[in-house]
This record gives sequence, C-alpha cells and structure tokens, in this order.
Amino acid sequence: MNSAQMIVAAGEEHNPLLPATPDLVWGAVCFIAILLIFWRLVLPRMKATLDERAEVIEGGIKKAENAQAEAAAALEEYNKQLADARSEAAKIREQARTDATRIANDVKAQAQTDADRITANATAQIEAERQSALVSLRSEVGSLAIDLASGVIGESLSDDAKASAIVDRFLADLEADEQSKAGK
Amino acid sequence: MHPLAAASDSSGGFQGPSIDEFFPSVLLFEGTPFEITRITLARFFVVIVLFLIFWIGTRRMKLVPGRFQSVVEMGLDLVRVNVAEDLLGKKDGRRFLPLLTTIFFMVLFMNLTGIIPGFNIAGTSVIGIPLILAVVAYVAFIYAGLKKHPGTFLRNALFPPGVPWPLYIIVFPIELVSTFVLRPITLTLRLLMNMVVGHLLLVLFFTATSFFFFESGNLFALFGIGTIAFGFVFTLFEILVAVLQAYVFSLLTAVYVQLALNDEH
Repeated sequence: MNSAQMIVAAGEEHNPLLPATPDLVWGAVCFIAILLIFWRLVLPRMKATLDERAEVIEGGIKKAENAQAEAAAALEEYNKQLADARSEAAKIREQARTDATRIANDVKAQAQTDADRITANATAQIEAERQSALVSLRSEVGSLAIDLASGVIGESLSDDAKASAIVDRFLADLEADEQSKAGK
Repeated sequence: MHPLAAASDSSGGFQGPSIDEFFPSVLLFEGTPFEITRITLARFFVVIVLFLIFWIGTRRMKLVPGRFQSVVEMGLDLVRVNVAEDLLGKKDGRRFLPLLTTIFFMVLFMNLTGIIPGFNIAGTSVIGIPLILAVVAYVAFIYAGLKKHPGTFLRNALFPPGVPWPLYIIVFPIELVSTFVLRPITLTLRLLMNMVVGHLLLVLFFTATSFFFFESGNLFALFGIGTIAFGFVFTLFEILVAVLQAYVFSLLTAVYVQLALNDEH
C-alpha cells in the first residue's frame, strides 16, 4: 500500500466532522474551566472595579458640583456684604454730613452768644468806668476850681457849705450851658 | 531525479499535509474516553494561561490601572462593550457576559496555539471545541427566547407574525432550518474550517520550505525562500484569523440571543 492510499484510508478512518469522545470530554472540561474562571473569578472582580471607578467619578462630579454651588453661594454672600457695606458707608457719610452741619451751627450759635456776652460786659464796664470817671472828675474839678477861685479872690473858701454851693451852681450852669448847646 | 517530479510522486520525496495532522498519536489513557493527545495538551495549556493572565490581571485591581491591568481590562471591555452591551443592552448584556467572554477568549487563545511554536496546532482545529461552543450558543439563545417569551418564542420564531398565512408553507421550513439547524452547524464549521485550512496551509508552506532547502537542493532552494516568506505572512494572517473568528463567534452568539430576546410577542 503506498502512502497516498494510506492517507486516503486514514482520512476515511478519521472523519474531521465526527467528534471523538475524548475530544468532547476534554473540550467540555476546558470549556467549563474557562467559564468558571470568567464567571466566578474574573468578571465579578472586573465589575467591582468598574463600579468603584464609576462611583469615584460620580463622586468627583458631585464634589465639583458642590464646590461650584458653594462658590456661587459665597459669591452671592460676598455681593450682599458688599452692598451692605456700601449702604452702610452711605449712611455713615450722610450721618457725618448732618453731624458736621449741626456742629457748625452749634459752634456758630455759641460764638454768637459769646460775642454778645463779651459785648455786653464791655458796655457795662465802659459805663461803670465812665460813671467813676465822672464822679472823680466832678470832685477833682470842684477842688481845682475852688483852689483857683481862692487864689483869684484871695480868700479861703474854706466854708465848705458855701464852697460846695458855689461849685454846684457853677457845674449846674455848665451843664445847662452844654445842654442848651446840644439842644441847638 | 527531478525535484518537481519527486514532489508529485507519492512514493517518496515531498509529503503534503493530510487530515491525519488533526489526529495525532495518543499520549495518555489510550483506549479510554480520556485519551490525551498533543491537541488536548494545547487546550490545557490555554486554560492554564487564561487562568494565570486573568487571575493575575484582576488580583489587585486598582482604580487607576497599571499597564498589565489596562491590557486585561481592554480585552474584557472588548467583549463587554462591543459585543455584550452593544447588542444586548446593559441588563441582558450583563446576564450573558460570562458566556460571551468565555467564548471569545477560549476561541481566541485556542486559535492562537496554532502558531505557538511547540504546539503548532489550534485547539479549535478539531471539531470538539467548535461543536461544544456551538451547542452552548444554541442552548443559550433558545433558553433566552423561552425564558423571555415562554409559549410564544417557538411559534414566533417559526411562524413570524405579520406574514400572510399561505406563505407559512414556505416560511416555516426556511425558518426551521435557518434558525434551528443551520445556526449551530455554521458556527461549528466556520471556526473549524478556518482553523483546519489555516493549519494545513502553514504545514504545507513549512514542509515545502524544508523540502526545497534540504532535499531538492541547488537552485530550487530559491523556491524555499518564497515558501518560507509565505509561511511567515500566513502566520501573521493566522493571528488575524484567530482574533476575527473569536470575535465572530462571540458576536454571532450575542446576535442569536438578541434575536431570541427581541422576538415579537
């Protein structure tokens, strides 16, 4: 038998489309082993990792959203505070202006009062001085005039009652003369 | 002797790959249902590798993944997002995710043993695995349909509502065959034949290279350069096919489940 016939014979003996029992037995064993590896071992681990990863990513997104919301809230708060501060400042400025006006008015009034008081005092003092000057002048002028008159007439006008009467009469004449001049 | 003549002469020289490639000698437990061959070992290897990669990759998962964890997550997300959730939505996608993930990675890694030096045979290139996975997908979509629409699922699948009743004479056999017969068969054969043909092509290229280099000699060694280049390109192509078939298998499973869930009431 040559080899070609042997090949044909072997080919007939081994039909590649007909499974041999050991082929099926070990094939099934391999299949079940691989199925168990993936089903029980690999895919649950993979799923756990994927879930964990998804969770982390979602957590990250949520965290970012929270941070954004917080930032927005902070911004709003800040703006509100800014607005408050502005209105506060405006109020304070207004208050200051009012206060300044009031103080200026007070000071002005005080100064006016002081000035009036000082003027009144001065007037009173001047009046008092004038009175005292008038009184002392009157007595001075009287004695001077008496002395002068004594010298002129050579006799002492020591009689006080008489001298006083002369002086008084003289002064009265003088005043009357002045008044008549002023009356003209 | 002319090398090309030798290649066509079956009594000596070049030996092309045969279907016996997929029936290697038994290593352990010969004669029992637990016979272990090179292909069985490749499948065990895949199970161990998958376990290690995904056990280590998900052992201490961090919220901010490192490099290895990123790669593992990317692989898992490919199935979760692009297959399960895209087609089935979040809720149903989660229910069928273990099944779809298993199908995807099992097919992918078992396809890839076809180009791993030392194995050089895809775990899916013997009908056992494709058939088992197709049956699983079949059971899954029928289960999904029966659970969601108990009582109406089979009727709606075989007698689509809105079709005038005389047409049922044509529609019924079409639906019966396409939904309940062809689906598992196409799932099985698509994967199996892709892997079988891929493997045969690679074997062909590399045995031819060996033949041209070491047996024919002379100028025919130049052909060897061509065949080894093709072998390299097809090895890369096999990676693409491995990923594509894994994606197609899990995607079609998801599509079948989705169709079953969406059947009209």
